[in-house]
Amino acid sequence: MRDRTFVPGRALIYLVVTLFAVAYLAPLVVVVLNSLRSNEEIAQGSMVGWPQHWAWGNYALAWSGFCVAETCAGIRPYMLNSALVTIPATIFSTLLGAVAGYAVSLWRFRGDNWIYGIVTLGLFLPQQMRLLPWTIVLRDIGLINTLWGLVLIHTIQGLSFTVLFCRNYYAAIPHELIRAARIDGAGFFRIFWRIILPLSSPILIVTVIWQFTHIWNEFLYGVTFTTGQQQPVTAALIALSAPVADIPKHGVQSAAVIIAALPTLLIYFFGGRYFVRGLTAGAVK
Amino acid sequence: MTDAASTATRPGRPAISGVVGRLPEVLMIWVPLLLSAAHLVSFSIWTIWISFTPSTLVPVTGWVGLRNYNAVLASRNWQIAFDNLLLFGVAFVLLSLITGLLLAILLDQRIRGENVLRSIFLYPLAVSFVVTGTVWSWLLNPGIGIEKLVHDLGWTSFKFDWLVDRDMAIWTIVIAAIWQSSGFAMALFLAGLRSVDSEIIKAAQIDGAGPIRIYRRVILPTLWPITITVVVVQLQFAISAFDLVRALTNGGPGIATQLPALVVYDLMFQRSQLGRGAAAAVLMLLILLAVLLPYAAWRYVQRRQAGHA
Repeated sequence: MRDRTFVPGRALIYLVVTLFAVAYLAPLVVVVLNSLRSNEEIAQGSMVGWPQHWAWGNYALAWSGFCVAETCAGIRPYMLNSALVTIPATIFSTLLGAVAGYAVSLWRFRGDNWIYGIVTLGLFLPQQMRLLPWTIVLRDIGLINTLWGLVLIHTIQGLSFTVLFCRNYYAAIPHELIRAARIDGAGFFRIFWRIILPLSSPILIVTVIWQFTHIWNEFLYGVTFTTGQQQPVTAALIALSAPVADIPKHGVQSAAVIIAALPTLLIYFFGGRYFVRGLTAGAVK
Repeated sequence: MTDAASTATRPGRPAISGVVGRLPEVLMIWVPLLLSAAHLVSFSIWTIWISFTPSTLVPVTGWVGLRNYNAVLASRNWQIAFDNLLLFGVAFVLLSLITGLLLAILLDQRIRGENVLRSIFLYPLAVSFVVTGTVWSWLLNPGIGIEKLVHDLGWTSFKFDWLVDRDMAIWTIVIAAIWQSSGFAMALFLAGLRSVDSEIIKAAQIDGAGPIRIYRRVILPTLWPITITVVVVQLQFAISAFDLVRALTNGGPGIATQLPALVVYDLMFQRSQLGRGAAAAVLMLLILLAVLLPYAAWRYVQRRQAGHA
Protein backbone atom coordinates (compact mmCIF):
# COMPACT_ATOMS: atom_id res chain seq x y z
CA MET A 1 0.00 0.00 0.00
CA ARG A 2 1.22 3.41 -0.93
CA ASP A 3 1.61 6.11 1.67
CA ARG A 4 -0.90 8.83 0.95
CA THR A 5 -0.54 10.91 4.08
CA PHE A 6 1.52 13.47 2.20
CA VAL A 7 -1.56 15.05 0.68
CA PRO A 8 -2.55 18.17 2.61
CA GLY A 9 -6.02 19.51 3.19
CA ARG A 10 -7.82 16.37 4.34
CA ALA A 11 -10.79 18.47 5.38
CA LEU A 12 -11.09 19.88 1.87
CA ILE A 13 -11.01 16.36 0.40
CA TYR A 14 -13.81 15.22 2.69
CA LEU A 15 -15.81 18.33 1.91
CA VAL A 16 -15.56 17.79 -1.84
CA VAL A 17 -16.40 14.07 -1.79
CA THR A 18 -19.33 14.75 0.53
CA LEU A 19 -20.70 17.40 -1.83
CA PHE A 20 -20.39 14.97 -4.73
CA ALA A 21 -22.03 12.19 -2.73
CA VAL A 22 -24.96 14.49 -1.92
CA ALA A 23 -25.33 15.41 -5.59
CA TYR A 24 -25.31 11.75 -6.67
CA LEU A 25 -27.76 10.70 -3.98
CA ALA A 26 -30.10 13.67 -4.29
CA PRO A 27 -32.21 12.41 -7.23
CA LEU A 28 -32.84 9.10 -5.49
CA VAL A 29 -33.70 10.77 -2.19
CA VAL A 30 -36.00 13.26 -3.91
CA VAL A 31 -37.90 10.52 -5.73
CA VAL A 32 -38.19 8.35 -2.62
CA LEU A 33 -39.55 11.30 -0.63
CA ASN A 34 -41.95 12.22 -3.43
CA SER A 35 -43.23 8.69 -3.59
CA LEU A 36 -44.44 9.29 -0.02
CA ARG A 37 -46.04 12.70 -0.62
CA SER A 38 -49.54 13.27 -1.91
CA ASN A 39 -50.00 14.61 -5.43
CA GLU A 40 -51.58 17.80 -4.10
CA GLU A 41 -48.73 18.41 -1.70
CA ILE A 42 -46.22 18.22 -4.56
CA ALA A 43 -48.36 20.37 -6.83
CA GLN A 44 -48.51 23.13 -4.22
CA GLY A 45 -44.78 23.18 -3.64
CA SER A 46 -41.97 21.63 -5.66
CA MET A 47 -40.53 18.17 -6.26
CA VAL A 48 -38.12 18.77 -3.40
CA GLY A 49 -39.66 18.53 0.01
CA TRP A 50 -40.28 16.49 3.14
CA PRO A 51 -43.60 14.60 3.29
CA GLN A 52 -46.10 16.33 5.59
CA HIS A 53 -48.41 13.34 5.55
CA TRP A 54 -46.89 10.01 4.67
CA ALA A 55 -48.80 8.90 1.61
CA TRP A 56 -48.04 5.18 1.60
CA GLY A 57 -51.03 4.66 -0.64
CA ASN A 58 -48.97 5.90 -3.60
CA TYR A 59 -47.24 2.54 -3.79
CA ALA A 60 -50.46 0.55 -3.83
CA LEU A 61 -51.84 2.83 -6.52
CA ALA A 62 -48.66 2.72 -8.59
CA TRP A 63 -48.53 -1.05 -8.30
CA SER A 64 -52.07 -1.93 -9.29
CA GLY A 65 -54.35 1.05 -9.81
CA PHE A 66 -52.61 3.79 -11.72
CA CYS A 67 -53.54 4.36 -15.35
CA VAL A 68 -50.89 3.80 -17.99
CA ALA A 69 -52.28 4.84 -21.37
CA GLU A 70 -55.87 3.48 -21.33
CA THR A 71 -55.47 0.63 -18.86
CA CYS A 72 -55.68 1.20 -15.13
CA ALA A 73 -53.87 -1.76 -13.67
CA GLY A 74 -50.81 0.03 -12.34
CA ILE A 75 -47.35 -1.08 -13.40
CA ARG A 76 -47.79 -4.64 -12.09
CA PRO A 77 -48.49 -6.22 -15.51
CA TYR A 78 -45.49 -4.42 -17.01
CA MET A 79 -43.23 -5.50 -14.16
CA LEU A 80 -44.40 -9.04 -14.80
CA ASN A 81 -43.65 -8.62 -18.54
CA SER A 82 -40.14 -7.40 -17.77
CA ALA A 83 -39.57 -10.35 -15.45
CA LEU A 84 -40.92 -12.80 -18.04
CA VAL A 85 -38.51 -11.40 -20.62
CA THR A 86 -35.50 -10.77 -18.41
CA ILE A 87 -35.33 -14.04 -16.48
CA PRO A 88 -35.50 -16.52 -19.39
CA ALA A 89 -33.31 -14.35 -21.64
CA THR A 90 -30.71 -14.05 -18.88
CA ILE A 91 -30.67 -17.81 -18.26
CA PHE A 92 -30.56 -18.76 -21.95
CA SER A 93 -27.92 -16.25 -22.98
CA THR A 94 -25.73 -17.13 -19.99
CA LEU A 95 -25.91 -20.90 -20.51
CA LEU A 96 -25.39 -20.71 -24.26
CA GLY A 97 -22.62 -18.17 -23.73
CA ALA A 98 -20.89 -20.46 -21.25
CA VAL A 99 -20.96 -23.44 -23.65
CA ALA A 100 -19.87 -21.32 -26.59
CA GLY A 101 -17.20 -19.53 -24.57
CA TYR A 102 -15.86 -22.91 -23.44
CA ALA A 103 -15.90 -24.17 -27.02
CA VAL A 104 -14.00 -21.21 -28.49
CA SER A 105 -11.45 -21.00 -25.68
CA LEU A 106 -10.74 -24.63 -24.76
CA TRP A 107 -12.19 -26.95 -27.36
CA ARG A 108 -10.99 -25.09 -30.42
CA PHE A 109 -12.27 -25.83 -33.86
CA ARG A 110 -11.61 -24.58 -37.32
CA GLY A 111 -12.59 -20.94 -37.71
CA ASP A 112 -13.26 -20.38 -34.01
CA ASN A 113 -11.38 -17.08 -33.88
CA TRP A 114 -13.34 -15.75 -36.84
CA ILE A 115 -16.68 -16.69 -35.38
CA TYR A 116 -15.70 -15.27 -32.01
CA GLY A 117 -14.58 -12.02 -33.64
CA ILE A 118 -17.85 -11.59 -35.49
CA VAL A 119 -19.94 -12.40 -32.41
CA THR A 120 -18.16 -9.76 -30.35
CA LEU A 121 -18.77 -7.19 -33.08
CA GLY A 122 -22.26 -7.19 -31.63
CA LEU A 123 -20.91 -5.12 -28.74
CA PHE A 124 -20.28 -2.21 -31.06
CA LEU A 125 -22.93 -2.42 -33.74
CA PRO A 126 -25.67 0.15 -33.00
CA GLN A 127 -29.10 -1.30 -32.22
CA GLN A 128 -30.53 0.92 -34.93
CA MET A 129 -28.84 -1.19 -37.62
CA ARG A 130 -30.80 -4.21 -36.41
CA LEU A 131 -34.22 -2.67 -35.82
CA LEU A 132 -35.77 -3.22 -39.25
CA PRO A 133 -34.44 -6.76 -39.77
CA TRP A 134 -35.69 -7.79 -36.33
CA THR A 135 -39.10 -6.34 -37.15
CA ILE A 136 -39.30 -8.49 -40.25
CA VAL A 137 -37.93 -11.63 -38.59
CA LEU A 138 -40.29 -11.33 -35.62
CA ARG A 139 -43.23 -10.75 -37.92
CA ASP A 140 -42.35 -13.72 -40.12
CA ILE A 141 -42.03 -16.14 -37.21
CA GLY A 142 -45.13 -14.73 -35.54
CA LEU A 143 -43.44 -13.32 -32.46
CA ILE A 144 -44.05 -9.62 -33.00
CA ASN A 145 -45.72 -8.03 -29.97
CA THR A 146 -44.97 -11.06 -27.81
CA LEU A 147 -42.69 -11.43 -24.84
CA TRP A 148 -41.05 -14.45 -26.46
CA GLY A 149 -39.96 -12.21 -29.32
CA LEU A 150 -38.05 -10.04 -26.85
CA VAL A 151 -36.63 -13.14 -25.15
CA LEU A 152 -35.34 -14.33 -28.53
CA ILE A 153 -33.72 -10.97 -29.32
CA HIS A 154 -32.07 -10.62 -25.94
CA THR A 155 -30.85 -14.20 -25.98
CA ILE A 156 -29.20 -13.94 -29.37
CA GLN A 157 -27.83 -10.45 -28.86
CA GLY A 158 -26.79 -11.22 -25.31
CA LEU A 159 -24.41 -13.85 -26.66
CA SER A 160 -22.03 -11.08 -27.72
CA PHE A 161 -21.51 -10.24 -24.05
CA THR A 162 -21.79 -13.67 -22.49
CA VAL A 163 -19.44 -15.37 -24.95
CA LEU A 164 -16.90 -12.59 -24.40
CA PHE A 165 -17.10 -12.81 -20.59
CA CYS A 166 -16.94 -16.60 -20.47
CA ARG A 167 -14.30 -16.97 -23.14
CA ASN A 168 -11.94 -14.57 -21.36
CA TYR A 169 -12.51 -16.40 -18.10
CA TYR A 170 -12.07 -19.88 -19.54
CA ALA A 171 -8.94 -18.86 -21.42
CA ALA A 172 -7.17 -18.84 -18.04
CA ILE A 173 -8.01 -22.51 -17.34
CA PRO A 174 -4.97 -24.69 -18.12
CA HIS A 175 -5.36 -26.56 -21.37
CA GLU A 176 -3.61 -29.58 -19.82
CA LEU A 177 -6.68 -30.16 -17.71
CA ILE A 178 -8.83 -30.49 -20.79
CA ARG A 179 -6.25 -32.52 -22.66
CA ALA A 180 -5.92 -35.00 -19.79
CA ALA A 181 -9.68 -35.41 -19.56
CA ARG A 182 -9.91 -35.98 -23.30
CA ILE A 183 -7.22 -38.61 -23.21
CA ASP A 184 -9.25 -40.28 -20.48
CA GLY A 185 -12.12 -40.42 -22.91
CA ALA A 186 -14.31 -37.61 -21.60
CA GLY A 187 -16.34 -35.87 -24.28
CA PHE A 188 -17.36 -32.29 -24.86
CA PHE A 189 -20.33 -32.25 -22.48
CA ARG A 190 -18.78 -34.45 -19.79
CA ILE A 191 -15.82 -32.09 -19.56
CA PHE A 192 -18.16 -29.11 -19.49
CA TRP A 193 -20.36 -30.50 -16.71
CA ARG A 194 -17.65 -32.08 -14.59
CA ILE A 195 -14.71 -29.72 -15.01
CA ILE A 196 -15.71 -26.39 -16.49
CA LEU A 197 -19.03 -25.69 -14.84
CA PRO A 198 -17.83 -26.32 -11.25
CA LEU A 199 -15.07 -23.77 -11.87
CA SER A 200 -17.40 -21.21 -13.41
CA SER A 201 -19.40 -19.69 -10.58
CA PRO A 202 -17.41 -16.41 -10.43
CA ILE A 203 -17.93 -15.64 -14.10
CA LEU A 204 -21.51 -16.94 -14.17
CA ILE A 205 -22.46 -14.56 -11.35
CA VAL A 206 -20.92 -11.63 -13.23
CA THR A 207 -22.64 -12.66 -16.45
CA VAL A 208 -26.04 -13.17 -14.87
CA ILE A 209 -25.91 -9.81 -13.07
CA TRP A 210 -24.75 -8.02 -16.20
CA GLN A 211 -27.37 -9.62 -18.44
CA PHE A 212 -30.19 -9.12 -15.97
CA THR A 213 -29.43 -5.41 -15.53
CA HIS A 214 -28.92 -4.92 -19.24
CA ILE A 215 -32.14 -6.64 -20.32
CA TRP A 216 -34.28 -5.18 -17.54
CA ASN A 217 -33.15 -1.66 -18.45
CA GLU A 218 -33.48 -2.11 -22.22
CA PHE A 219 -35.97 0.22 -23.84
CA LEU A 220 -35.64 0.54 -27.63
CA TYR A 221 -36.63 -3.03 -28.53
CA GLY A 222 -39.37 -3.04 -25.93
CA VAL A 223 -40.96 0.09 -27.30
CA THR A 224 -40.49 -0.92 -30.95
CA PHE A 225 -41.67 -4.52 -30.90
CA THR A 226 -44.39 -4.49 -28.27
CA THR A 227 -47.44 -2.36 -27.64
CA GLY A 228 -50.01 -1.87 -24.92
CA GLN A 229 -50.25 -4.68 -22.43
CA GLN A 230 -47.22 -6.50 -23.83
CA GLN A 231 -44.70 -3.75 -23.03
CA PRO A 232 -41.86 -4.11 -20.58
CA VAL A 233 -41.77 -1.70 -17.66
CA THR A 234 -39.23 0.71 -19.22
CA ALA A 235 -41.59 1.34 -22.13
CA ALA A 236 -44.61 1.63 -19.83
CA LEU A 237 -42.80 4.18 -17.65
CA ILE A 238 -42.49 6.56 -20.58
CA ALA A 239 -46.22 6.35 -21.21
CA LEU A 240 -46.83 6.81 -17.50
CA SER A 241 -44.67 9.87 -17.06
CA ALA A 242 -45.97 11.56 -20.19
CA PRO A 243 -47.84 14.71 -19.20
CA VAL A 244 -51.56 14.05 -18.90
CA ALA A 245 -54.37 16.52 -19.27
CA ASP A 246 -55.68 16.31 -15.73
CA ILE A 247 -53.79 17.12 -12.53
CA PRO A 248 -50.25 15.72 -12.48
CA LYS A 249 -49.75 12.71 -10.21
CA HIS A 250 -46.11 13.05 -9.31
CA GLY A 251 -46.49 11.19 -6.04
CA VAL A 252 -47.79 8.05 -7.68
CA GLN A 253 -45.42 8.42 -10.64
CA SER A 254 -42.48 8.62 -8.24
CA ALA A 255 -43.63 5.43 -6.54
CA ALA A 256 -43.86 3.75 -9.96
CA VAL A 257 -40.34 4.89 -10.85
CA ILE A 258 -39.00 3.46 -7.61
CA ILE A 259 -40.77 0.14 -8.16
CA ALA A 260 -39.47 -0.08 -11.74
CA ALA A 261 -35.89 0.66 -10.67
CA LEU A 262 -35.97 -1.62 -7.63
CA PRO A 263 -34.90 -4.95 -9.18
CA THR A 264 -31.66 -3.57 -10.65
CA LEU A 265 -31.00 -1.39 -7.60
CA LEU A 266 -31.31 -4.46 -5.37
CA ILE A 267 -28.98 -6.43 -7.61
CA TYR A 268 -26.49 -3.60 -7.47
CA PHE A 269 -26.87 -3.36 -3.71
CA PHE A 270 -26.23 -7.05 -3.10
CA GLY A 271 -23.93 -7.84 -6.00
CA GLY A 272 -22.17 -4.51 -6.55
CA ARG A 273 -18.76 -6.13 -6.65
CA TYR A 274 -19.77 -8.44 -9.50
CA PHE A 275 -21.64 -5.66 -11.24
CA VAL A 276 -18.47 -3.55 -11.38
CA ARG A 277 -16.49 -6.54 -12.59
CA GLY A 278 -18.94 -6.98 -15.47
CA LEU A 279 -18.71 -3.29 -16.22
CA THR A 280 -14.94 -3.29 -16.48
CA ALA A 281 -14.93 -6.61 -18.36
CA GLY A 282 -17.35 -5.05 -20.82
CA ALA A 283 -15.22 -1.94 -21.16
CA VAL A 284 -11.83 -3.49 -21.69
CA LYS A 285 -12.84 -5.39 -24.75
CA MET B 1 -12.33 -33.94 -12.15
CA THR B 2 -11.65 -37.16 -10.29
CA ASP B 3 -14.95 -38.26 -11.66
CA ALA B 4 -13.91 -37.60 -15.22
CA ALA B 5 -10.78 -39.63 -14.62
CA SER B 6 -12.62 -42.60 -13.10
CA THR B 7 -15.21 -42.90 -15.81
CA ALA B 8 -12.43 -42.86 -18.33
CA THR B 9 -11.16 -46.21 -17.09
CA ARG B 10 -13.95 -47.74 -19.09
CA PRO B 11 -12.25 -49.51 -21.95
CA GLY B 12 -11.95 -47.21 -24.90
CA ARG B 13 -15.38 -46.06 -25.90
CA PRO B 14 -16.01 -47.41 -29.39
CA ALA B 15 -16.27 -44.47 -31.69
CA ILE B 16 -19.98 -44.03 -32.33
CA SER B 17 -18.17 -41.45 -34.31
CA GLY B 18 -19.32 -39.44 -37.20
CA VAL B 19 -21.70 -36.59 -37.07
CA VAL B 20 -24.51 -38.50 -35.35
CA GLY B 21 -22.54 -39.20 -32.18
CA ARG B 22 -21.33 -35.67 -31.99
CA LEU B 23 -24.60 -34.09 -32.97
CA PRO B 24 -25.54 -32.60 -29.58
CA GLU B 25 -22.08 -31.13 -29.26
CA VAL B 26 -22.09 -29.73 -32.78
CA LEU B 27 -25.53 -28.25 -32.25
CA MET B 28 -24.60 -26.64 -28.94
CA ILE B 29 -21.41 -25.11 -30.28
CA TRP B 30 -22.51 -24.04 -33.70
CA VAL B 31 -26.16 -23.10 -33.47
CA PRO B 32 -25.84 -20.24 -30.95
CA LEU B 33 -22.56 -18.99 -32.39
CA LEU B 34 -23.78 -19.11 -35.96
CA LEU B 35 -27.12 -17.52 -35.07
CA SER B 36 -25.33 -14.69 -33.34
CA ALA B 37 -22.69 -14.17 -36.04
CA ALA B 38 -25.11 -14.67 -38.92
CA HIS B 39 -27.71 -12.24 -37.62
CA LEU B 40 -25.08 -9.55 -37.09
CA VAL B 41 -23.68 -9.91 -40.60
CA SER B 42 -26.93 -10.45 -42.47
CA PHE B 43 -28.87 -7.78 -40.58
CA SER B 44 -26.15 -5.20 -41.22
CA ILE B 45 -25.94 -6.03 -44.92
CA TRP B 46 -29.73 -5.99 -45.20
CA THR B 47 -30.02 -2.56 -43.55
CA ILE B 48 -27.26 -1.20 -45.77
CA TRP B 49 -29.05 -2.60 -48.83
CA ILE B 50 -32.41 -1.10 -47.80
CA SER B 51 -30.71 2.29 -47.45
CA PHE B 52 -30.11 2.23 -51.21
CA THR B 53 -33.69 1.29 -52.14
CA PRO B 54 -36.78 3.49 -52.54
CA SER B 55 -38.48 1.68 -49.60
CA THR B 56 -41.04 3.70 -47.70
CA LEU B 57 -43.78 1.85 -45.83
CA VAL B 58 -42.50 -1.61 -46.73
CA PRO B 59 -39.12 -2.82 -47.99
CA VAL B 60 -39.00 -2.86 -51.78
CA THR B 61 -36.28 -3.68 -54.27
CA GLY B 62 -34.79 -1.08 -56.54
CA TRP B 63 -31.81 1.17 -56.53
CA VAL B 64 -31.82 4.88 -55.83
CA GLY B 65 -28.12 5.34 -55.21
CA LEU B 66 -27.37 7.93 -52.58
CA ARG B 67 -30.76 9.60 -52.73
CA ASN B 68 -31.80 8.52 -49.22
CA TYR B 69 -28.48 9.66 -47.83
CA ASN B 70 -28.74 13.03 -49.53
CA ALA B 71 -32.28 13.46 -48.23
CA VAL B 72 -31.26 12.63 -44.67
CA LEU B 73 -28.14 14.79 -44.77
CA ALA B 74 -30.11 17.70 -46.18
CA SER B 75 -32.90 17.49 -43.60
CA ARG B 76 -32.95 20.02 -40.79
CA ASN B 77 -33.71 17.20 -38.38
CA TRP B 78 -30.45 15.43 -39.13
CA GLN B 79 -28.39 18.62 -39.21
CA ILE B 80 -29.60 19.61 -35.77
CA ALA B 81 -29.16 16.04 -34.55
CA PHE B 82 -25.60 15.93 -35.82
CA ASP B 83 -24.67 19.32 -34.33
CA ASN B 84 -26.23 18.22 -31.04
CA LEU B 85 -24.28 14.99 -31.15
CA LEU B 86 -21.01 16.89 -31.58
CA LEU B 87 -21.78 19.20 -28.69
CA PHE B 88 -23.25 16.49 -26.46
CA GLY B 89 -20.50 14.00 -27.28
CA VAL B 90 -17.62 16.37 -26.60
CA ALA B 91 -19.14 18.02 -23.52
CA PHE B 92 -20.34 14.78 -21.97
CA VAL B 93 -17.11 12.88 -22.57
CA LEU B 94 -14.85 15.70 -21.35
CA LEU B 95 -16.92 16.50 -18.27
CA SER B 96 -17.43 12.89 -17.27
CA LEU B 97 -13.68 12.27 -17.71
CA ILE B 98 -12.87 15.23 -15.47
CA THR B 99 -15.49 14.27 -12.89
CA GLY B 100 -14.45 10.62 -12.95
CA LEU B 101 -10.76 11.42 -12.63
CA LEU B 102 -11.36 13.92 -9.83
CA LEU B 103 -13.47 11.44 -7.89
CA ALA B 104 -10.93 8.68 -8.43
CA ILE B 105 -8.05 10.85 -7.21
CA LEU B 106 -10.05 11.93 -4.16
CA LEU B 107 -11.04 8.36 -3.33
CA ASP B 108 -7.42 7.33 -3.73
CA GLN B 109 -6.38 9.47 -0.74
CA ARG B 110 -7.02 6.72 1.80
CA ILE B 111 -10.15 8.35 3.03
CA ARG B 112 -12.66 6.88 5.43
CA GLY B 113 -15.82 5.41 3.99
CA GLU B 114 -14.28 4.86 0.60
CA ASN B 115 -16.44 1.81 -0.10
CA VAL B 116 -19.66 3.63 0.68
CA LEU B 117 -18.68 6.64 -1.43
CA ARG B 118 -17.69 4.44 -4.35
CA SER B 119 -21.04 2.69 -4.17
CA ILE B 120 -22.85 6.03 -4.17
CA PHE B 121 -20.99 7.27 -7.24
CA LEU B 122 -21.63 4.02 -9.10
CA TYR B 123 -25.26 3.24 -8.33
CA PRO B 124 -26.75 5.43 -11.11
CA LEU B 125 -25.22 2.99 -13.60
CA ALA B 126 -27.54 0.25 -12.37
CA VAL B 127 -30.60 2.37 -13.08
CA SER B 128 -32.16 2.43 -16.54
CA PHE B 129 -31.83 5.50 -18.73
CA VAL B 130 -35.60 5.77 -18.75
CA VAL B 131 -35.63 6.17 -14.98
CA THR B 132 -32.69 8.59 -15.07
CA GLY B 133 -34.34 10.66 -17.79
CA THR B 134 -37.69 10.73 -16.01
CA VAL B 135 -36.24 11.78 -12.67
CA TRP B 136 -34.08 14.51 -14.17
CA SER B 137 -36.97 15.77 -16.26
CA TRP B 138 -38.78 16.43 -12.97
CA LEU B 139 -35.82 18.03 -11.24
CA LEU B 140 -35.02 20.29 -14.19
CA ASN B 141 -38.62 21.20 -14.94
CA PRO B 142 -38.93 24.88 -13.94
CA GLY B 143 -42.57 24.39 -12.89
CA ILE B 144 -41.93 21.72 -10.24
CA GLY B 145 -38.19 21.21 -9.95
CA ILE B 146 -35.16 23.07 -8.72
CA GLU B 147 -36.32 26.47 -10.02
CA LYS B 148 -39.62 26.15 -8.17
CA LEU B 149 -37.82 25.05 -5.02
CA VAL B 150 -35.59 28.11 -5.03
CA HIS B 151 -38.59 30.36 -5.74
CA ASP B 152 -40.45 28.84 -2.80
CA LEU B 153 -37.43 29.52 -0.62
CA GLY B 154 -37.80 33.22 -1.41
CA TRP B 155 -35.37 33.91 -4.27
CA THR B 156 -38.05 34.59 -6.85
CA SER B 157 -35.81 35.98 -9.57
CA PHE B 158 -33.85 32.70 -9.76
CA LYS B 159 -33.95 31.16 -13.22
CA PHE B 160 -32.99 27.63 -14.21
CA ASP B 161 -35.15 26.73 -17.18
CA TRP B 162 -32.69 24.93 -19.44
CA LEU B 163 -35.16 22.12 -20.01
CA VAL B 164 -37.52 24.41 -21.90
CA ASP B 165 -34.87 26.69 -23.37
CA ARG B 166 -34.08 25.82 -26.98
CA ASP B 167 -30.44 26.82 -26.72
CA MET B 168 -29.72 25.24 -23.36
CA ALA B 169 -31.88 22.09 -23.42
CA ILE B 170 -29.07 19.93 -24.80
CA TRP B 171 -27.13 20.67 -21.61
CA THR B 172 -29.81 19.03 -19.50
CA ILE B 173 -28.97 15.81 -21.34
CA VAL B 174 -25.31 16.38 -20.58
CA ILE B 175 -26.13 16.82 -16.88
CA ALA B 176 -28.22 13.65 -16.67
CA ALA B 177 -25.71 11.65 -18.70
CA ILE B 178 -22.83 12.71 -16.45
CA TRP B 179 -24.83 11.84 -13.34
CA GLN B 180 -25.54 8.43 -14.84
CA SER B 181 -22.13 7.45 -16.17
CA SER B 182 -19.27 9.38 -14.59
CA GLY B 183 -19.07 6.61 -11.99
CA PHE B 184 -17.93 4.32 -14.76
CA ALA B 185 -14.95 6.59 -15.54
CA MET B 186 -14.23 6.79 -11.83
CA ALA B 187 -14.19 2.99 -11.43
CA LEU B 188 -11.72 2.52 -14.29
CA PHE B 189 -9.48 5.40 -13.20
CA LEU B 190 -9.45 4.18 -9.63
CA ALA B 191 -8.34 0.73 -10.79
CA GLY B 192 -5.60 2.45 -12.80
CA LEU B 193 -4.42 4.59 -9.89
CA ARG B 194 -4.25 1.53 -7.64
CA SER B 195 -2.04 -0.30 -10.09
CA VAL B 196 0.70 2.35 -10.22
CA ASP B 197 3.97 0.93 -8.92
CA SER B 198 4.53 2.31 -5.42
CA GLU B 199 8.33 2.09 -5.81
CA ILE B 200 8.25 4.75 -8.51
CA ILE B 201 6.24 7.04 -6.27
CA LYS B 202 8.58 6.47 -3.34
CA ALA B 203 11.53 7.31 -5.56
CA ALA B 204 9.85 10.53 -6.68
CA GLN B 205 9.10 11.44 -3.06
CA ILE B 206 12.72 10.90 -2.11
CA ASP B 207 13.68 13.22 -4.94
CA GLY B 208 11.60 15.84 -3.17
CA ALA B 209 8.63 15.97 -5.52
CA GLY B 210 5.38 17.28 -4.04
CA PRO B 211 2.05 15.51 -4.40
CA ILE B 212 0.83 17.63 -7.32
CA ARG B 213 4.06 17.12 -9.16
CA ILE B 214 3.96 13.39 -8.49
CA TYR B 215 0.43 13.15 -9.85
CA ARG B 216 1.28 15.23 -12.89
CA ARG B 217 4.59 13.66 -13.76
CA VAL B 218 4.37 10.11 -12.44
CA ILE B 219 0.84 8.88 -11.85
CA LEU B 220 -1.39 10.55 -14.43
CA PRO B 221 0.76 9.64 -17.46
CA THR B 222 0.18 5.96 -16.68
CA LEU B 223 -3.56 6.50 -17.05
CA TRP B 224 -3.48 7.19 -20.80
CA PRO B 225 -4.61 3.75 -21.94
CA ILE B 226 -7.54 3.83 -19.49
CA THR B 227 -8.46 7.35 -20.58
CA ILE B 228 -8.67 6.27 -24.19
CA THR B 229 -10.83 3.27 -23.31
CA VAL B 230 -13.18 5.46 -21.26
CA VAL B 231 -13.43 8.01 -24.08
CA VAL B 232 -14.29 5.34 -26.63
CA VAL B 233 -16.90 3.63 -24.46
CA GLN B 234 -18.54 6.94 -23.51
CA LEU B 235 -18.54 8.15 -27.11
CA GLN B 236 -20.15 4.90 -28.15
CA PHE B 237 -22.86 5.58 -25.59
CA ALA B 238 -23.28 9.20 -26.74
CA ILE B 239 -23.66 8.20 -30.38
CA SER B 240 -26.41 5.70 -29.69
CA ALA B 241 -28.10 7.70 -26.88
CA PHE B 242 -31.83 7.18 -27.20
CA ASP B 243 -33.67 6.20 -24.01
CA LEU B 244 -32.20 9.02 -21.95
CA VAL B 245 -33.26 11.72 -24.42
CA ARG B 246 -36.61 10.07 -25.06
CA ALA B 247 -37.42 10.18 -21.34
CA LEU B 248 -35.83 13.55 -20.56
CA THR B 249 -36.81 15.87 -23.40
CA ASN B 250 -38.14 13.61 -26.17
CA GLY B 251 -36.00 15.65 -28.56
CA GLY B 252 -37.66 18.91 -27.57
CA PRO B 253 -38.44 21.70 -27.08
CA GLY B 254 -39.30 21.51 -30.77
CA ILE B 255 -36.42 19.51 -32.17
CA ALA B 256 -33.76 21.29 -30.09
CA THR B 257 -32.40 18.13 -28.46
CA GLN B 258 -32.71 15.86 -31.49
CA LEU B 259 -30.02 13.20 -31.73
CA PRO B 260 -29.24 10.72 -34.56
CA ALA B 261 -30.79 7.74 -32.75
CA LEU B 262 -34.08 9.64 -32.44
CA VAL B 263 -33.99 10.62 -36.11
CA VAL B 264 -33.60 6.96 -37.10
CA TYR B 265 -36.54 5.93 -34.94
CA ASP B 266 -38.65 8.79 -36.22
CA LEU B 267 -37.96 7.98 -39.88
CA MET B 268 -38.46 4.24 -39.52
CA PHE B 269 -41.48 4.00 -37.27
CA GLN B 270 -43.23 7.34 -37.28
CA ARG B 271 -42.81 8.58 -40.82
CA SER B 272 -42.59 5.15 -42.48
CA GLN B 273 -39.54 6.16 -44.48
CA LEU B 274 -37.70 2.85 -44.25
CA GLY B 275 -35.06 3.72 -46.87
CA ARG B 276 -34.19 7.01 -45.21
CA GLY B 277 -34.35 5.48 -41.75
CA ALA B 278 -31.90 2.81 -42.84
CA ALA B 279 -29.66 5.46 -44.38
CA ALA B 280 -29.68 7.38 -41.08
CA ALA B 281 -28.82 4.16 -39.22
CA VAL B 282 -25.89 3.55 -41.58
CA LEU B 283 -24.74 7.13 -41.00
CA MET B 284 -24.81 6.39 -37.28
CA LEU B 285 -22.68 3.34 -37.92
CA LEU B 286 -20.21 5.46 -39.92
CA ILE B 287 -19.93 7.98 -37.07
CA LEU B 288 -19.30 5.07 -34.71
CA LEU B 289 -16.65 3.62 -37.00
CA ALA B 290 -14.91 7.00 -37.10
CA VAL B 291 -14.42 6.53 -33.36
CA LEU B 292 -13.86 2.79 -33.21
CA LEU B 293 -11.50 2.20 -36.12
CA PRO B 294 -8.72 4.47 -34.80
CA TYR B 295 -9.23 2.83 -31.41
CA ALA B 296 -8.94 -0.66 -32.91
CA ALA B 297 -5.77 0.39 -34.75
CA TRP B 298 -4.34 1.85 -31.56
CA ARG B 299 -5.13 -1.36 -29.64
CA TYR B 300 -3.50 -3.41 -32.39
CA VAL B 301 -0.29 -1.36 -32.25
CA GLN B 302 -0.27 -1.55 -28.44
CA ARG B 303 -0.62 -5.29 -28.52
CA ARG B 304 2.15 -5.71 -31.08
CA GLN B 305 4.44 -3.55 -28.99
CA ALA B 306 3.58 -5.56 -25.90
CA GLY B 307 4.28 -8.71 -27.87
CA HIS B 308 7.73 -7.51 -28.92
CA ALA B 309 8.67 -6.21 -25.52
